[in-house]
Amino acid sequence: MTLLTHAETVALALSFKVSLVGVACSLPVAVGCAWLLARTRFFGKPLFEGLLLLPLILPPVVTGYVLLIVFGHHGAIGRLLDAAGLSIAFRWTGAALAAAVMAFPLLVVALRNAFESVDPKLEHAAATLGAGPWRIFFGITLPLSLRGLVAGLALAFARAFGEFGATITFVSSIPGQTRTLPIALYELVSMPGGEHGALRLTLLAVVIALLAGLIAALMLLRGSRSGGGEA
Amino acid sequence: MIALDIHLQRGEFLLDLVLASRARALALFGHSGCGKTTTLLAIAGLLRPRQGRIALDDDVLFDSGAGIDLPPPHRRLGVVFQDARLFPHLSVRDNLRYGMPQRTAATPFDDVVHLLGLSTLLKRRPGQLSGGQTRRVAIGRALLRQPRALLLDEPLANLHREARAEVLDHLRRLKQEFALTTILVSHQYDEVAALADAVARIGDGRLSSLADVDAFMASAPAPAGATLVSRPRATR
Repeated sequence: MTLLTHAETVALALSFKVSLVGVACSLPVAVGCAWLLARTRFFGKPLFEGLLLLPLILPPVVTGYVLLIVFGHHGAIGRLLDAAGLSIAFRWTGAALAAAVMAFPLLVVALRNAFESVDPKLEHAAATLGAGPWRIFFGITLPLSLRGLVAGLALAFARAFGEFGATITFVSSIPGQTRTLPIALYELVSMPGGEHGALRLTLLAVVIALLAGLIAALMLLRGSRSGGGEA
Repeated sequence: MIALDIHLQRGEFLLDLVLASRARALALFGHSGCGKTTTLLAIAGLLRPRQGRIALDDDVLFDSGAGIDLPPPHRRLGVVFQDARLFPHLSVRDNLRYGMPQRTAATPFDDVVHLLGLSTLLKRRPGQLSGGQTRRVAIGRALLRQPRALLLDEPLANLHREARAEVLDHLRRLKQEFALTTILVSHQYDEVAALADAVARIGDGRLSSLADVDAFMASAPAPAGATLVSRPRATR
């Protein structure tokens, strides 16, 4: 006897795939934006920061609808992707994009805090030792931010895994393509006789969220104890 | 030849320092907050003067008139910061190697490690070092950069007596072994007497006097070994 039905297993596997790909796509952009926020001053920085946080503040349905307008079959970018045979609307890649967008602000906030916790004096010391900006970033700043990075990744994964509103608005619910665990759960809740399935998926979602939260807490706790700034 | 002409505003503090010295080892001497460290950071390229010129021997590092401002990685200076600034995630060996030019033979590394007595510490992390050991690693790291000049920012500050004597001894030996242009920031008479050939006394961001070390020590108001009593820290 298996714990999950075939449909539930498919939804779970899809959620993992969508969340992992979404967070992985989000990471490089989040690292760049977080570094800009932590280490530079420029005109319009508060506005820039506000824009980055928008997916966290907006109703997810709004974010999903914006994605549909831009990346849908009739959207400016969607048409280009369609022409290139890379359509993402109503596909798992679209769900991954929605997950990436929704997880992005959490990743930026966590990474910004992590970068700010690294003493800039260490970067200055590295510069006097002949290191250029890339070597300083990958050799000093990033390794010293590693705990914050792992915590951010765990939280972002949990956020992506639980994503519902933007995903269903942008890519709907297609079994095996876009029906992620939260969407499957919603459908089970709405369906007569779906209580047992809903309970199983709820328990799964809680366990996964707890694990992610535990990893983040452990990383942040140990990071705050060990400092990670001045030598 | 050390030629400094630095005009730099830092908050309310104004550094307006002009000096030229042919000494191989020059000490910048003065009270806390007088502008010594600011001068050192400007030479290292970590602070940008509003205008002026910084040259070591024939190398111009900064010249506002000529539009020259070498970034810190290109100044090829060995900087020993007062707080050492060792990289906490790297071993002592990796800290020492961090600034070494590529294709450096093993010999300079081994020589510096031997000279500073670091051979038993190479696998440790900075968090596992004592104050004196930390300072010696910082000095070794700066030397292995193979710099055109060594900048020492109060290298004996915050060390207990034994560690202070240990690091001072190593610095004396380095001065003899390496014919390096050295700029030392200090407010300790014994440190200056042991390590400098000439002393620039700085007061409130300006040069008060420039003398060779013997003349400076002869005119010192406090006995050798004493610390210049700090005034309340100026805004800097």
